[in-house]
Amino acid sequence: MKSAIRTRRPLALAVAALVGLPLAISGCGTTASASSTDAVKEISVMDYYNNEPDKSFIGDALTACGTKAGVTIKRETVPGKSLISKVLQQSSSKTLPDVLMLDNPDLQQIAATGALAPLSDFNISTADFAPGVLSAGTYKDKVYGLAPTVNTIALFYNKDILAKAGVTPPTTWDELKAAATKLTSGEQYGLAFNANPTYEGTWQFLPVMWSNGGDEKNIDTPETAQALQLWTDLVKDGSVSSSALNWTQADVKDQFMAGKAAMMVNGPWQIPALDKKTTLQYGVVKIPVRDASQTAVAPLGGEVWTVPQTGNKAHQAKAAEVVACMNSDENQLAMAKVRNTIPSKTSLAAKFATDNPKLATFTDLIKTARARTGELGEGWPAQATKIYTAIQTALTGKASPADALKQAQGQ
Amino acid sequence: MSLTTDLSQAKSRANQRAKARAKSGSDNAQARETSPSPRRRSRKRRERLFQWLFLVPAVTYMALLFGYPVVKNIVMSFQDYTTATFFTGEAPWVGLANYAKVLSSSLFSTSLVNTALFTLGSILGQFVIGLALAIFFQRKFPLNGILRSLLLLPWLLPLIVSSAVWRWILDKDSGALNRFLGELHIVNTGVPWLTSTSLALIAVVGVNIWIGIPFNLTILYGGLQEIPDELYEAGSLDGATGWKAFRHITWPMLRPVVSVVLVLGVVYTLKVLDIILGLTNGGPANSTQTIATQSYDLSFHEFKFGEGAALGNVLVVISLVFAVLYLRASRRSVDE
Repeated sequence: MKSAIRTRRPLALAVAALVGLPLAISGCGTTASASSTDAVKEISVMDYYNNEPDKSFIGDALTACGTKAGVTIKRETVPGKSLISKVLQQSSSKTLPDVLMLDNPDLQQIAATGALAPLSDFNISTADFAPGVLSAGTYKDKVYGLAPTVNTIALFYNKDILAKAGVTPPTTWDELKAAATKLTSGEQYGLAFNANPTYEGTWQFLPVMWSNGGDEKNIDTPETAQALQLWTDLVKDGSVSSSALNWTQADVKDQFMAGKAAMMVNGPWQIPALDKKTTLQYGVVKIPVRDASQTAVAPLGGEVWTVPQTGNKAHQAKAAEVVACMNSDENQLAMAKVRNTIPSKTSLAAKFATDNPKLATFTDLIKTARARTGELGEGWPAQATKIYTAIQTALTGKASPADALKQAQGQ
Repeated sequence: MSLTTDLSQAKSRANQRAKARAKSGSDNAQARETSPSPRRRSRKRRERLFQWLFLVPAVTYMALLFGYPVVKNIVMSFQDYTTATFFTGEAPWVGLANYAKVLSSSLFSTSLVNTALFTLGSILGQFVIGLALAIFFQRKFPLNGILRSLLLLPWLLPLIVSSAVWRWILDKDSGALNRFLGELHIVNTGVPWLTSTSLALIAVVGVNIWIGIPFNLTILYGGLQEIPDELYEAGSLDGATGWKAFRHITWPMLRPVVSVVLVLGVVYTLKVLDIILGLTNGGPANSTQTIATQSYDLSFHEFKFGEGAALGNVLVVISLVFAVLYLRASRRSVDE
């Protein structure tokens, strides 16, 4: 009997060890936090530029800024879709990085949680930034994030196809409709945009909605209904494929590159892909407005850099230096050029546009571009959902544009 | 000083106990049989302790990976749980407000109907095709094994990959399916598989059937192998061949396996998320929106974690109903 007990003891130990193992592993994680009194040698950075070439462009700029601030950069890149869940996870486990990149419409959502430090705490200058860029980075009158470069969307057109059909790039909705109809034949559609049931569908609709005086606070207005009527007409008369209901912006680019769409609504980040096809000659104009007297208002895109509240003042100070450096004039110009984006300081716009004619239209649009969260802040996701719901309802013919907007607003 | 007295006291106590034991041992053998000696009792206690120790890993695992999420989700569904909660830890109690909001939303009935249609259609298709193929592969023919393993392919592919491929196949303008149908002159214009409100759900169900066939095929094939050949031999002597053999031998013998396949299938299908997100994102105009996709949307796109959790719990309850049905059915089959 004694021997039986003795053989059982190792088993019991093994059981105890197995139970203890997860505790031991989780215990290891807590030893990482450094004391704030030491000189800061390394700061952590998290962003979602996980694909080349952006990954290297941003990485090089970060490394250079780190060297300037006397720290090494420990960078983590995560896929765009999982960034927010990762940030939320880290904010509950108090393991936020020293420098955090956020997509601009998410900034207010995260700032509202109290996880970010206002940049005024570190005396970072916000002078010269385009108003849209600042409003995207502002939550309750304090700036929490700055974007070195930004982007927006415009109308790309295939020069050869338009020339062959004798069509000039449209500037008004009527011209757009006429051009799109004329350019539609056989397997070729006149225009491609995306109207999918995600925020991307909302984003592509904003230029026509905003330029016509529509407002996200209340989408049940005649101005927004007119804009949605335009989208609906284009799909209904067949100048835009009904596949737009399921396309992403990348799909739209593919259609345009394959010559299956003569024009498309898209952003400058597609330029490297478009330039790879040397036979493709394209131009870029602003997205048409209903009346020639209206100003084109484009939605602002781009990523802001922030300093999270990590509780470590020394680290935060270094992080702020890096954020300021990323937003310096030289970095804005350099990154905008290689990444096909637009410097966010208006003082740099004129020079940039002359140096980069391909991006001139976008540069011009940024001056008046609006941030999606400018009016509603944390309320934007809910309203953006209503907008794409209304678009889908109208484009599938389930309700007229006006009714679709009314239904969605009432939800 | 005190130590030595303690020692001597202990020694004398031990002596007394030994004497008492010797006495009871000699004149009370009967009593020893029925009431366990202290030594035996402690051995029993130790055994009990070991039994519990062996349970500890399983219990810890269940508590951490099943208990905690379930309880957390239930608690969350009664709270105003927002992005700020992650940082501050504050989530005000709102009672049933999340449930009221979610259940009264106009989208809920749409999602519920879609979930029902999606589950019913998928299960029916997967099961019928899976069973037909399983019976087909019962026959012996060349390449049987290779073909059967090829049929497992949809199961092995990551769902994101298969949904991306199907999204391309089902595209209205340049999709392979429409090209194929066009060549055969079955259709003239592109069929908007994924962008028509009346077809999208059917298309999504079709893809999900394709994914579910291997699971049904594998389990049902296994079940068929278990049926002894003698039954068919005896049946054929009595004239039960073909359909009759299936009706009176195969089906009754396969029933326990069938109930497992169906219930697991229902539970797996109710919670399908990636395929729908990959194919249509719940569109067009919510025509493929299910409770699972809507719950995901609420939590991770609109950051209304409380409402998302409430809707998730509704789905858990629906799954539980089927789980209970399964338990009752399996108990009955054991009784039989």
